[in-house]
Amino acid sequence: MLANKRMIALGTGAVAVAMTVTACSSGAVQSGGGSTGGAGAPITLKVATVNNGQMKDMEKLKSEYEKANPGVTVNFQVMEEGDLRAAVTADVASGAGQYDIVTIGAYETPQWGANGWLVDLTPALQSDSSYDVNDLLPPVRAVNTYDNKLYAVPFYGESSILMYNKEVLDKAGVKIGSNPTWQEVADAAKKVKTADMAGICMRGKPGWGDLFAPLTTVVQTFGGSWYDSNWKATVDTPEWKQAVGFYKQMLDDSGEKDPVSYSFNECLTALKEGKAAMWADASVAASMLEASDSPVKGKMGYAHMPVDKTKESGWLWSWNLAVPASTKQKDAAIKFVKWATSKDYIKLVGNKIGWSNVPPGSRTSTYSIPEYKDAAKAYAPITLDVMSSVNPKQPGVNPQPWVGIQYVSIPEFQDVGNQCAQLVADYLANRGTIDDALGKCQSIAQAAGDKHKS
Amino acid sequence: MTRSTRSTRSTRSTRSARGALVTLVTWILVLVFFFPVLWMFLNGFKPESLASSVDPTFIFKPVTEGYQLAMDRGMSGYLQNSLTAAVTATIISVVLAIPAAYALSIRRVKNVENSLSFFISTRFMPLAAIVLPLFMIFKTVGLLDNIYVLAVVYGAMNLPVTVWMMRSFLLEVPFEIIEAARVDGAGMFREIVRIVLPLVLPGVAAAALISFIFAWNEYFLALLLTSSAARTTPPFLGSFVDGRGQFLAVLSAAATIAALPVIIAGWVAQKQLVRGLSMGAIK
Amino acid sequence: MTTTTTTQPPQLDEVRADTATDKRRLQRKELWRNRGLLLPAVIFLVLLTQIPFLTTIGFSLTKWNLLYPNDRAFAGFDNYMSALTSGDLWPSIVATVLITAFSVVMALLFGLLFAILLDRQFHGRALARTLMITPFLIMPAAAALIWKYSMFDTNIGMLNWLFRTLHLPVVSWSTEHPMMTVVIVLTWQFTPFMMLILLAGLQGQDRGILEAAQVDGAGAWRTFTWITLPHLRMYIEIGVLLGSVIILQVFDPIAILTKGTGGTKTLAYLLYERAFIGLDVGQAAAYGVVTVVLTIIVATIALKSVFKVFMAGGSR
Repeated sequence: MLANKRMIALGTGAVAVAMTVTACSSGAVQSGGGSTGGAGAPITLKVATVNNGQMKDMEKLKSEYEKANPGVTVNFQVMEEGDLRAAVTADVASGAGQYDIVTIGAYETPQWGANGWLVDLTPALQSDSSYDVNDLLPPVRAVNTYDNKLYAVPFYGESSILMYNKEVLDKAGVKIGSNPTWQEVADAAKKVKTADMAGICMRGKPGWGDLFAPLTTVVQTFGGSWYDSNWKATVDTPEWKQAVGFYKQMLDDSGEKDPVSYSFNECLTALKEGKAAMWADASVAASMLEASDSPVKGKMGYAHMPVDKTKESGWLWSWNLAVPASTKQKDAAIKFVKWATSKDYIKLVGNKIGWSNVPPGSRTSTYSIPEYKDAAKAYAPITLDVMSSVNPKQPGVNPQPWVGIQYVSIPEFQDVGNQCAQLVADYLANRGTIDDALGKCQSIAQAAGDKHKS
Repeated sequence: MTRSTRSTRSTRSTRSARGALVTLVTWILVLVFFFPVLWMFLNGFKPESLASSVDPTFIFKPVTEGYQLAMDRGMSGYLQNSLTAAVTATIISVVLAIPAAYALSIRRVKNVENSLSFFISTRFMPLAAIVLPLFMIFKTVGLLDNIYVLAVVYGAMNLPVTVWMMRSFLLEVPFEIIEAARVDGAGMFREIVRIVLPLVLPGVAAAALISFIFAWNEYFLALLLTSSAARTTPPFLGSFVDGRGQFLAVLSAAATIAALPVIIAGWVAQKQLVRGLSMGAIK
Repeated sequence: MTTTTTTQPPQLDEVRADTATDKRRLQRKELWRNRGLLLPAVIFLVLLTQIPFLTTIGFSLTKWNLLYPNDRAFAGFDNYMSALTSGDLWPSIVATVLITAFSVVMALLFGLLFAILLDRQFHGRALARTLMITPFLIMPAAAALIWKYSMFDTNIGMLNWLFRTLHLPVVSWSTEHPMMTVVIVLTWQFTPFMMLILLAGLQGQDRGILEAAQVDGAGAWRTFTWITLPHLRMYIEIGVLLGSVIILQVFDPIAILTKGTGGTKTLAYLLYERAFIGLDVGQAAAYGVVTVVLTIIVATIALKSVFKVFMAGGSR
């Protein structure tokens, strides 16, 4: 009997030890970390954001906000894009409320707004005249609006442009106009290509936001689209085949060597290192190619995104700040969002970090600041021009039932885009035929489209 | 093998020449294998432009920019969380594993095989399959973003392997010793703590080290179950990949810092690592 | 395992018979006591793995996409139907088996080579061993990132720098050889793991037998295949078993290097995609349940047949 009791004592003892270890220690963290207390209590704002340079600048400047708002601590979580999507979606969709401010893409805003996951920022922004909500670039505002409500405000926006190394092109006797066609660009790439340098760098990394950002715009300017106005998938059309075939041909003839591992970062390095002569990608890249430590600074030329059948072919993307409906600190969160997207913040970045690092593509007024115009003279005019002229309501030849250029703003698109990107990547790597890839993609896209037919 | 003491046929000089050659080959192979780590370490001390230049630089003036930047972004907080999670998880799995392994080795339990299968099968569970349910459960009880909750999950993740290891070590304890303790009238608690435990202490250290390494390096659960106060190092590393330019130096520096504690622990406790990995089969 | 002590311990029942008058009562008591010792660990594991798994089963029977919060309903076996008929499962099983098998075998071969080389006495052996362990200790996510940028990259990667220097064609790793790319990183990380286990096995060899074999005129190769390899068998089994358990779950190199293209979409990556890109909780859960059932079937067969020695390992 004695042994029996001891056994129980030991058994429960072990559990108790484990419990107390967890119990008392978790208590310690709660008292230390969670300061959501009542009025006057210090506030901790938790911000989830993406690992872009502009966001890291915001992280650096948070102390300015904390200084101006005593009692407020801003806690940044910078994440890789895929990680951010996974963590923030799980959090916001379940209403866990771990983040007070989240960074979301233009793709998410209307959907999340429709689901009631985000705080409608319209009243707070419109009532504040100094914020000047009408200064936000109209196309960027359009993609972040659902049902006439602004659910997120752009922190920075971008379109896509063609960038080329003037020195290299001049040497080869190639001229690029300000509104080139894809055929001209492909021919130019072939001419300037050497054994040591790719003629053009284009994204091939499988992902809806990687490969399919530029590829969708190529498809659109070749006359194709993901869906027609009745949500019928149109991926198996001749326009798609022509566009995707063209993309591969261009990469095969004169593209970078390992397309499947290339996206924005890799192409940027290739351009800087003189390993590629041209690049059609996000307009923000220009500011990095013109940065003071860039070997190609001052040697670059910029043009509108190449076209085929349409007049413009630039995409439209913005990273935006939004306040999840599940936050317990709504007012403080909105206040921070306003600060980070204000005209003053742009000046703050210019003065503290440098004018070429100012978040571009969010406000019209940014482009009339003398210091910025001077620092970004190589690319600011064309960025503003492209960003104001793209049409997210109908980017292609035919009308489409959603607002957005290089993506379809339906929940299924991430998945559709990713699966199709993997299929196309297999085609780019010569592991499958174009018909097979587009055929499979068509049925994946159709299954998603069926859910939206009315 | 090469350590042969026989010297009838080959003369001393050719043998030592052959030995030197094998040693040379060994060193070359070792350095080839170690090279990525060395390169990471070197890149961490380069200015960004050198780290991602097409032609590699082996000789350069080291700078600590990368390290500075990593620490400025608050890396120490993440390291601290990683340490708390890994240490707590290790304590939990070892404390729970010792009695279980004891029961499975020294004392008789029905269906030892089934119990062992149960333990190891929980380790086959794909994390992606249970992470959303875990997220929902912890959300419901309000335990998200708590470093000790993460540690408890890691403890569970490591427990099966720890039990298996501990059992192997305990099987080595000669039965006579335990028998003697029992004749003395020592109770079970004393039996474990006073007599058995000291005998398998190296084994405990080995199991703890393995458990620590796995918990320190875990990425996926940390990303989902924590958000800020309890964030650990692995998800933080991804934030050094920068869309605005070169980042190889700072990434290398951060990766070096992140790996350092485990590398040092592994180097110092090589013997324990061997014992742990071979499940105590090596004495 | 061969860990059984040389002196056979007296049978438990005999001990009991000496000290107890009521055998059965004591036996039952002992049984309960042992259960009590096991219980905390079992309860802990049930709480943290079985309950979430039951929840997963629950989710798998639900129609639930995170982005359609208002469209949640009981779905029966719809999710299983779509998981089994989508055509994603089989390629993924193949990818998982191939990547795991290749990586484990390659790591084992390299591990064996290094174990043999580092078992010799030579100058700086301790340092060489120390350096060799390191790849296993690097954070997997960091290892994959470092390999992607500073090793595989066609421009700044060291592998291609080497190829260029040798006037060989530059290799587009992720595009042309996706599976090899993943296997290389995994092999690199797990070679030290295998090496450590095998090295321990080599050190556990009876020197006397080795010397006797050589005196008998057996060459180095014969000694190795006839004596050393059979001796290492148990260690190889341990390495293969543990290595497989860990590599089966591997996710980072695929997410960072190939994104699942070119036959590298393992079950772990497929599950991640369903859950966090498809955002379809129900379907992801169905995939999860199928994966768990499959792995448990395979693991049970493996544990009971191939690794029988290991399972029963010297129980008293």
